[in-house]
Amino acid sequence: MSEANLILDYAVDLSLWILSLSFLVTLIRVIRGPTLPDRVLALDMLVAVAIGFIAVIGIKTGYVLYVDIAIALGLVGFLTTVAFARFILTRGKTEDDLLEEHNQAERLKNRPPRHAPARGDKQGEGAATAERPSASPPTSSDASAPTSSDATKERP
Amino acid sequence: MTIALTLLSAAFVLIGALFALVASIGLLRLPDLYSRMHAASKAGTVGSGLLLIALAIHAGEAGVMARALAGVIFFLLTAPISAHLLAKAAYAVGYRLGPTAVRDEMASTVEEQTSGSI
Repeated sequence: MSEANLILDYAVDLSLWILSLSFLVTLIRVIRGPTLPDRVLALDMLVAVAIGFIAVIGIKTGYVLYVDIAIALGLVGFLTTVAFARFILTRGKTEDDLLEEHNQAERLKNRPPRHAPARGDKQGEGAATAERPSASPPTSSDASAPTSSDATKERP
Repeated sequence: MTIALTLLSAAFVLIGALFALVASIGLLRLPDLYSRMHAASKAGTVGSGLLLIALAIHAGEAGVMARALAGVIFFLLTAPISAHLLAKAAYAVGYRLGPTAVRDEMASTVEEQTSGSI
């Protein structure tokens, strides 16, 4: 009996170390994760590891009231993941879309001082109008296209 | 009998902690969101479930066992739902598979989905 309890003590201590390690490894993914769903998934995993941690602490201390805390934490983690999934769905954009919009906003902000003199002396030369389709219309059409597609995406 | 139960509880604690470690390593090492989800939602659920079962075995009281097993069943029910919701939302928004993915079977359906229901 005492040997078995000793083995259980060692197993509990070792598993606490292992769970701490897995907590840290999951935390690396939370910090580094390139996109929002990666971070949400890693937070879900953190909740699962925390529930296991609570169960091991309950074994170690014999304080079994921790089981209720584990169940409540599992409920909160589930609702958090569902809420984040709804948020990802209603945001409707990936990180690449947001980066592209930001770059286009920067381009639009920087453009008017550059084009104001070109628009002043544009009467009659064909070279400028021949240049312009390569330079400005793609940016203007790109600037109008994502907003209209986003509007249609967010309406329903 | 109590020796056997204590040893079983110790084994479940160790195996559950190792499952959680494997899940977190998979979360760190796998290439894209959907394969990471594959690691976290399955191995992570088994890890915390085994730890709760170890607590139920160790406690030995009926009330604690019932609560721990209710927690296990709750996680087994909710982990696939949350993973599926997250994957569906991420795919519908436009997060795609990683560069090492061989085949994307939802690539043909996503156009109808985004224009239709979502």
